[in-house]
Amino acid sequence: MRMRIVGTSAQRKEGIFKLRGQALYVDDYKLKNCLYGATLRSAIAFGRIKKIEFDPDYSWQNFIVVTAKDIPGKNCVTLIEQDQPLLAEERVLHPMEPIVLVAHSLRSKAYEALNHIKVEYEAHDPVLTIEDSLAKKQILRRPDNVFKRYEINKGNIKEGFTKADFIVEGEYRAPHQEQAYIENNGVSAWVENDGTIVARGSLQCPYYVHKALKIIFNLPDDKIRVIQAATGGGFGGKEEYPSMLAGHAALLALKSGRPVKMIYDRHEDMLATTKRHPAIIRHKTGLAKDGKLTAQDIEIIMDAGAYITLSPVVLSRGTLHATGPYECPNVRVRSRAVATNSPPNGAFRGFGAPQTLFAAELHMEKLAQKAGIDSLELRRRNIFKTGSKTATGQVLKESVGISRAMKECAGISRYARIKKECDRWNKNTNNPTWRGIGMALAFHGGGFTGSGEVMLASRAAVALTKGGKIEVLAASTEIGQGATTIFAQIAAQALGVPYEWVEVAVPDTGRVPNSGPTVASRTTMIIGGLVRRAALQLKDEFIGKAKAVPKTRAALIKAAKLLCKGKSEVRFEVQFEKPGEIVWDEAAYKGDAYGVFSYGAVVVELEVDKLTYEVRLRNFFSAQDIGKAVNPLLAQGQIMGGSAQALGWALFENAVYKDGVMQNANFTDYLIPTALDTPAMKIKIIEEPYSHGPFGAKGLGEMPADIPVPAVAAAVYHATGLWFGELPILPEKICHEMLNRYSHNSLSPCGRGQGEG
Amino acid sequence: MKFLKAHTPDEAVRLFGQHPEAIPLAGATDAMVAWNVGRLNGKIILDLSAIDEWKTIQILRNSLKIGSLVTHAEIQRHPVIRKKFSLLAQASSQIGSTQVQNRGTIGGNIANASPAGDTFPPLAVYNALIHTVSFRGPRVLAFLDVFAWVKKTRLHPSELIEAVEIPYPSPVPKRWMFRKVGTRSAMIISKTVAAGLLWMNKDATVNKLRFALGSVAPTVKRLKTAEAFVAGKRLTPDVVEHACRIMADDISPIDDIRSTAEYRLQVSQNLLRSFLKF
Repeated sequence: MRMRIVGTSAQRKEGIFKLRGQALYVDDYKLKNCLYGATLRSAIAFGRIKKIEFDPDYSWQNFIVVTAKDIPGKNCVTLIEQDQPLLAEERVLHPMEPIVLVAHSLRSKAYEALNHIKVEYEAHDPVLTIEDSLAKKQILRRPDNVFKRYEINKGNIKEGFTKADFIVEGEYRAPHQEQAYIENNGVSAWVENDGTIVARGSLQCPYYVHKALKIIFNLPDDKIRVIQAATGGGFGGKEEYPSMLAGHAALLALKSGRPVKMIYDRHEDMLATTKRHPAIIRHKTGLAKDGKLTAQDIEIIMDAGAYITLSPVVLSRGTLHATGPYECPNVRVRSRAVATNSPPNGAFRGFGAPQTLFAAELHMEKLAQKAGIDSLELRRRNIFKTGSKTATGQVLKESVGISRAMKECAGISRYARIKKECDRWNKNTNNPTWRGIGMALAFHGGGFTGSGEVMLASRAAVALTKGGKIEVLAASTEIGQGATTIFAQIAAQALGVPYEWVEVAVPDTGRVPNSGPTVASRTTMIIGGLVRRAALQLKDEFIGKAKAVPKTRAALIKAAKLLCKGKSEVRFEVQFEKPGEIVWDEAAYKGDAYGVFSYGAVVVELEVDKLTYEVRLRNFFSAQDIGKAVNPLLAQGQIMGGSAQALGWALFENAVYKDGVMQNANFTDYLIPTALDTPAMKIKIIEEPYSHGPFGAKGLGEMPADIPVPAVAAAVYHATGLWFGELPILPEKICHEMLNRYSHNSLSPCGRGQGEG
Repeated sequence: MKFLKAHTPDEAVRLFGQHPEAIPLAGATDAMVAWNVGRLNGKIILDLSAIDEWKTIQILRNSLKIGSLVTHAEIQRHPVIRKKFSLLAQASSQIGSTQVQNRGTIGGNIANASPAGDTFPPLAVYNALIHTVSFRGPRVLAFLDVFAWVKKTRLHPSELIEAVEIPYPSPVPKRWMFRKVGTRSAMIISKTVAAGLLWMNKDATVNKLRFALGSVAPTVKRLKTAEAFVAGKRLTPDVVEHACRIMADDISPIDDIRSTAEYRLQVSQNLLRSFLKF
């Protein structure tokens, strides 16, 4: 019996439960005697806490109150460093920083009580912009406010510019972006009779939470247990913050001896939790007459916010993708992540790459325009091929699907023809819109950067219970992307058993091995690979001890008895092994930054309304090389969803900040696209297999967020002749630039619009 | 939160007379937002949603009378409204989302008095009349007289909107337009929202212009200056341009987190220009 389940659009394992409303999210679990926690947050951006006063006229007797003094272990949220306190003690470094926790059996009472706590501050002048941070208005991080810096050097940048016939410079600015998951952050926690602290929540990385709680409570591994509840989206927004939230809920649970739920509403979630890093990116590029790049000099500065959190690795990925998918003999990339008094910025789909690829790709358009070369032709002459050397000197040995992606995308979008049609349309001044088309390319490294995967040493297992259940055990979380389905497909295929036989365990640190975090487009490519290896071990056991892989349920139960030998289950657990040829030098920032890259192209067709300057997306095309689509429907879903998020960042999402506080922390005023704003999407999946990925698979989840934004900016340029180097491209900005272009009293061009009766 | 429920107009008038501080509730689409952020804590709610008498659309000889509890969904589906008051039908179909349109009512929309109310520019150019009731008796107000300021009406304490009456435009206008501008296609608060009616004389001069804008002043505004200026004139490019320029006399757009004054004014001018241009 030969089964093919990898490569088919198998039904989502957890889909039916979500469809029927049976999936249990953190707030759906009924907990006996449960209290609800609320957080008192800093009202100022930067300063010293002088006094915390509890209203003496307010009845506090049914409340549990927690401050930094109640923390049994270390007051920090451990991530890369331990600089971020769980609760601010003496000073606050950003608005919304947690100071006091309150719990009550009524959620509304817990929030009401916050109004009866007064914090007296000595406020300092805060650092609110990248510019202020670089100017060292205040020193937030010694010695110079720089959390992390990188430098990549290849060839000789000076010589590169002397060989250039054209030199083009540009500055690009990428703003905050909110992850806007459908379910807000939420964690519940309780203490078991044996003193074990249990946290269950909406989260991406159970073992990150586990690691943080151990240090907060000064407890050994086995006295902390973290369980994932059904999770309504993550996109990076539940990579780090759940560690903070779990710490808060667990502190209240420990003090009260009762279970505690902390569930943010949308407003609090948007005010307090992480967002995509704002960044300034400057390019100076040399180009020879023949259209070959001679030099790329790139500077990146990211706003990390008040604490270091994940910024070094976000910056790293941004830095490593800053050149775009092009080969250039002389490259210098210098990058910095700097401290400001704003809530820490964090992980978001793409992880630094969307910012730098926006700049790289829009700069490519600018370069083409200045040099008088078609921008597709310019890309064609410089894109990566098999054997190309990246900025870090990584030689691309296999699975380089970028030429194909570009060609296929230009084909399905009829790019050249539509471009001419737009030009024709724009010549007729009676038309109500300006039309444009734009293309962008991207590459995206799968898995952790450099030696990251080796250091993670991820583990995953496949177990067979004596009752005949085949179960995948991994800490990788289902956050809507389809992890459980993919794991079951991979295990079923490796074993040669029906997909329905394979179950995937709930990520529970008490049961599943540490597979590392669910981030970095690594779940299919890295953990899927471990699942496949573990499944193959079980297959060998079947063949060795039961003569064959069972073909019927009855045979499976029989084989299970044989293999388990009286024990409840037999487990096959494997650990990540670095492919031998990968070499990375962290100190010099040279070598194989990633095991492999995925590649993609996007074409966006849009029109700009001449009366309202609103951009309407007409069509969207993408071709993406992901090695192998384990589940083509889920892969398309990932590409469409990531693209829609990116389109929102390009055109709608405008996080307004004042004194470090987001002013539009709600979905009425922070606009994300609705279904009506999202264009029809045509997706082409390209499969250039990767030899170390399961069935050839590479990373998929993040790249869709990298490509659409510069394609939109290029299309807006094509339509209007205006460059927008700063996102989002709002109608207000287009209007402003149009008014600048046409003198004040003359008319801005407009067409016929309204219905006539 | 205390909850009162009225089942008939008389009961509503009586209860509101006894509790003038109560907050009337119709479709609850705005009340739910206020409730969520705690603004209704400790307040009295007067639920009107069971009053069937205010849920009908009456076709009269010279006008249409829409009960205050008629939903936006019912308005946009109504054949006479679609034919005779298409601007109102269009506005009703662009409020919030389908879900909001199914719950939200025309009376609730007016009483909420948002500067960005999407039905307001159409009601303003149709010269709608607002019928109210209270223990003092019934009253009729011109639509524009209802609004005092942002989220403030001139309704008396204990006064409820019973119906919205719109006279049929006679003769039928030569041109009409409605346009909501809000960047996103649904669930969006307008940055500017416009409605216009234009009647022409036989000699190609303007007989009458009515043009109203929302979101560009504390309350919905008719462009009285521009309307008066174009009356009796041919719509030459100069006349159209001047009408657009003097728009600034009647509106006062602002910069806020949703948009800019520059954008609101420019787009409002573009909309008027395109409406007047041949």
